[in-house]
Amino acid sequence: MREKISAKRRIINAILNSLVFSAALIIFVLVILMAGYILFRGLPHITGEFLTTKPNMIRETVGILPNILNTIYIIIITIMIVLPLGVGGAVYLQEYASNKKAVKVIELATETLAGIPSIIYGLVGMLIFVQFFTLGTSLIAGALTLVIMTLPTVIRTTQESLKTVPQSYREGAFALGAGKWYTIRTVVLPSAVDGIITGCILAIGRITGESAALLFTAGMANELLSPLDAVQSDNAGSTLTVSLYMYAKERGDFETAFAVAAVLLFISVIINVSVKIAKNNFKRGEEK
Amino acid sequence: MKKNKIVDIAMRWLFTVCGFLSIIFVIVITVFLVSSGVPAIGEIGIREFLFGTTWASTAKNPEYGILPFILSSVYGTFGAILIGVPFGVLCAVFLAKSSSRKASSVFSSVIELMSGIPSVVYGLVGMIVIVPNVRELFGLPDGANLFSAIIVLAIMILPSVISISQTAIQAVPHEYEEASLALGATKTETIFKVTLPAAKSGILASIVLGIGRALGEAMAVMMVAGNVANMPSLFKSVRFLTTAVASEMSYSSGLQRQALFSIALVLFIFILLINIILNFVVKRERK
Repeated sequence: MREKISAKRRIINAILNSLVFSAALIIFVLVILMAGYILFRGLPHITGEFLTTKPNMIRETVGILPNILNTIYIIIITIMIVLPLGVGGAVYLQEYASNKKAVKVIELATETLAGIPSIIYGLVGMLIFVQFFTLGTSLIAGALTLVIMTLPTVIRTTQESLKTVPQSYREGAFALGAGKWYTIRTVVLPSAVDGIITGCILAIGRITGESAALLFTAGMANELLSPLDAVQSDNAGSTLTVSLYMYAKERGDFETAFAVAAVLLFISVIINVSVKIAKNNFKRGEEK
Repeated sequence: MKKNKIVDIAMRWLFTVCGFLSIIFVIVITVFLVSSGVPAIGEIGIREFLFGTTWASTAKNPEYGILPFILSSVYGTFGAILIGVPFGVLCAVFLAKSSSRKASSVFSSVIELMSGIPSVVYGLVGMIVIVPNVRELFGLPDGANLFSAIIVLAIMILPSVISISQTAIQAVPHEYEEASLALGATKTETIFKVTLPAAKSGILASIVLGIGRALGEAMAVMMVAGNVANMPSLFKSVRFLTTAVASEMSYSSGLQRQALFSIALVLFIFILLINIILNFVVKRERK
């Protein structure tokens, strides 16, 4: 068979094949080089002191503990609010909504929310939470902004996993005389828990990587805040990404910026691995 | 029994509110953007605002023309698509059709890592690696320009272009490919002449999504584009719509501040248009 192909065809095939292969190779090498470069520049500056202190102007030391804590605070506050709202929204769409038009409009709105750029979230968050609700530039204002931003992610992944819960489970519960809410609480949601966890991890990933939406809502301060400070108004604080931006762009301190980038790289690897584990669990659940 | 009924009804209401939350948020965002963006446009004049070529918000006689930002955003996005999409589609072909399972699984992990890297990290690498090299390569006084921004954006849109295109390629029915193979086409010919044309609308959707991402990116662009309000040219320092908002927000006041909200409103309208196109493309595909 092979010999019957003309030389011209064979050459074109070879060119196309090598194009596909080299495109993949170029991107692969690019990402590996980029990650390697970040680690090469950043790792030497990550010390115990760097991770566990705040910046000290007098001793001229740099520490990112405030930024690590702020990131954690914002993640916890955002997830605590967005999780019930998002799961609730998905439950409504999948279990309650009977009006197809309403579902369509809600899904359209969710897609629209997912498409809005983070800088616009930052601006609107500033208008709504910082000014209108007079929370001031604060972690809580930043977290509330991110609630709106991550809502589509949580709704979508929860909805996907609710769809995989077999209808017979619900019918079984109803047949035994269970009410709708009882059925959802004891049968539907527990079967969908893997998808909800996946949504959570994805949302954490988005929060960790977010900067534009936080610049004008959560602010740029590097002070140490207690968990109690984090939920009060007017307590500004920068997350890791925002601090990276400030170190690189405003202060020209690239050593610190690369060290923060290396930390962020670690976090995104951890998040990627967790998503994979959660999704694998999810699949296994389906096979049962 | 009665208590259960009441709880059931209460929960139904609670879930309904959660369900309609997305709509409420979209409305609130629109209302806030329109109400804070429209006054400045009225004051400046819509033609001067949209088609004015000079942005001098802090000058004695301030001028608020945002055409430089609009064009920079459009050119930058177009350039990123021009470079990113061919790469992305070829990578998607590799992922979907590679003969080695191991290679494609390693590659897909790399792409996932790529999509998880925060935009400021891309900006940082762009600032330190791409900007100086662009300066050296083209003998420019400064490498922070539209060209550098295009390179960074092209890399940043890759993960979304690749994953959507890959899904589209894998969704093409196997019968198409088998028929083509049976007619004597090689595997490669089948991919490029049968599979890709059949996956056309999915690939189109990935392009539209890439446009949305490139248009909305602020931080990375801010770090590599130089941030001067020039009319765009490949090797000039430029400001995008996104970075125009971000760069002056912290110190702006009065009409200048309101004009920034107007820019955000323009960006929002761009994004809404893209969403509508995306919906149209996806819907046509479903048919």
